[in-house]
Amino acid sequence: MKTILIVGAYSSIAEETAKVYAAQGNRLILWGRSEDRLKSVQQNLKVLGADDVHWFEIDLNNCADHAPLLEKTIQKAGNIDIALVAHGTLPDQSAVESDFSVIEEVIHTNFLTYASLLTALANYLEKQKRGTIAAISSVAADRGRKSNYIYGAAKAGASTFIDGLRGRMASFGVHVVNIKPGMVDTPMTAHLEKGALFAQPKVIATGIVSAISKKKHTVYLPGYWRLIMFITRSIPEFIFKKTNF
Amino acid sequence: MNRFQSWGRFPKAEQDIHAMRWKDGMLPDTGEKSVLPFGLGRSYGDSCLNNGQSLVETSGLNRFIAFDENAGTLCCEAGVPLDEILKLVVPKGWFLPTTPGTKFITVGGAIANDIHGKNHHVAGTFGCHVKAFELLRSDGSRTRCTPRTNSVLFKATIGGLGLTGLITWAEFRLKKINNAWIEMESIKFEGIGEFMKLSRESDQDWEYTVSWIDCAARGKAFARGIFMRGNHAPASVMSRKVHAEPKLTTPFNCPNMMLNSFSIKAFNTVYYSKQRAKKVRARTHYDPFFYPLDAVNEWNRIYGRRGFFQYQFVVPFEGGSETMEKILEKITVSKQGSFLSVIKTFGDKKSPGMLSFPKPGITLALDFPNRGKSTTQLFDDLDQIVDSAGGSVYPAKDARMSPDFFQKAYPQWEAFSEFIDPQFSSSFWRRVTAQA
Repeated sequence: MKTILIVGAYSSIAEETAKVYAAQGNRLILWGRSEDRLKSVQQNLKVLGADDVHWFEIDLNNCADHAPLLEKTIQKAGNIDIALVAHGTLPDQSAVESDFSVIEEVIHTNFLTYASLLTALANYLEKQKRGTIAAISSVAADRGRKSNYIYGAAKAGASTFIDGLRGRMASFGVHVVNIKPGMVDTPMTAHLEKGALFAQPKVIATGIVSAISKKKHTVYLPGYWRLIMFITRSIPEFIFKKTNF
Repeated sequence: MNRFQSWGRFPKAEQDIHAMRWKDGMLPDTGEKSVLPFGLGRSYGDSCLNNGQSLVETSGLNRFIAFDENAGTLCCEAGVPLDEILKLVVPKGWFLPTTPGTKFITVGGAIANDIHGKNHHVAGTFGCHVKAFELLRSDGSRTRCTPRTNSVLFKATIGGLGLTGLITWAEFRLKKINNAWIEMESIKFEGIGEFMKLSRESDQDWEYTVSWIDCAARGKAFARGIFMRGNHAPASVMSRKVHAEPKLTTPFNCPNMMLNSFSIKAFNTVYYSKQRAKKVRARTHYDPFFYPLDAVNEWNRIYGRRGFFQYQFVVPFEGGSETMEKILEKITVSKQGSFLSVIKTFGDKKSPGMLSFPKPGITLALDFPNRGKSTTQLFDDLDQIVDSAGGSVYPAKDARMSPDFFQKAYPQWEAFSEFIDPQFSSSFWRRVTAQA
């Protein structure tokens, strides 16, 4: 039995991942914004077989709350074996590209809160000398694209941070996984047309659990995104800049 | 691809789609447009459609709330599919109180259509096992309905076709089982008379009964079929293994040509002749016994782009055999029937549902490829026979019955309509309540 902290517990990907861990009989700790929703998730995870489920209300945009809540969490729920950081927002690019205040929000939520939270987690796991941090970046981090470079830039920041953190933690026996989902059929993407490349959150969740247990460094989910992004990165810029990706 | 269509893929509909992910959330603001809850789209006709209006997708309401393993009651959000319930409860020795021929429906859909199954003669409909649910209405009110509190709204919502409001969660009783297996017998029969005799003999000792009937054979082979009856296997069988995910998918819409009177006749003959002995006994897992068609994802696509109809009706026992023969005769002559025609007797356990379909008598369900006017003309003729026998057609499977016939078969429709939420509507409801 492991203790797993799920941050952003009611994003679809996080919730589905929590369900997989619950069915295995693990203990779960949920962080999220609204009490009613955390309770709904908690009840479900308990029925599915979780040994125990704690939850803590937090507005993740307040970085100053991260470290104190982590301390409180550990006091109440004990040591953390796995932490999954999965919150985020996906803006409608065309609506935000000319408005810096919204750009700032996107970068704050998708990058700065990751930097803050991952630092708090790292400082704690460093002392514990074991454990895994899994954080969700995105395939959008791999190359700046016309259609979502703002989200992509924030995720690229998070992705570089996650990869660097892995190096820092390596000598402490703590593993760090960078999870790069492709397009997922979630409420976050509800405004987009769903093409054949959209995956179900359930599929991503199974991939996350497997990547964590296999101690992968970076994982593309579903796996075919590794190839798609390899090709995307290989296209010369003088061609790429004219595409509509 | 527009996944917000009905299982028969006819009629086509365009709707604004809204999603509901949290049971404490508000109904979406659909402005001037009416709204209808949409689960997994297994209703065949237009009762799950709201053409030109909006739908609220409930598949995000997919959480369990409480499972009492001792008492055998489950409380869950309305979008939970039966498939997920089986995965949870079978290993703990419980089963659904009743189930339709697919496990890919939601609990909300099971209530809204007051679904029935192979055990109707002993268990009644799904609504008979519902202890409570919450109804969210467009005025923002949340009403906890049980057989005792808010009982009228409870009765209107069971079989209420999603029109009385959105069910956010429901609590219902499960059935105790020892294992995941069914002991079954398949008995060949010739004619409605023999089918009725087998039904009467089996109703006492067999929990599940259903028959396949050949809707293409004429002459001596007329109304031949295979009677299937089953019981949960005794405690000596230990395995509580749950079902696997479907492995096959219909990859494309099959050409309409593929289904013709020859291929259908050949299928029916092979299906009947595959079993050589008069009676065969077997022990089978619940999955193939209850859900043979779930093995193929999107099997509805074999009917091609034009889609298909399912016609299901019930006629009272009194004179029922003769009516059934008359209807089968009409269908075999039309050469329009299809592969899997299912016949069963309903029992007299009364559902709380105001607008529920099942009532004591014989029910027949058949698929018909959509061949346009010749198909709907056939249905109009069948309606007349069903009507004069005092029977009715199942709304969850209907895409075409006339307002007159509906209102005659369901005289309680006016009393029911008092409970419809002013913001809720459906293609079906507008059609069957249209002024003639």
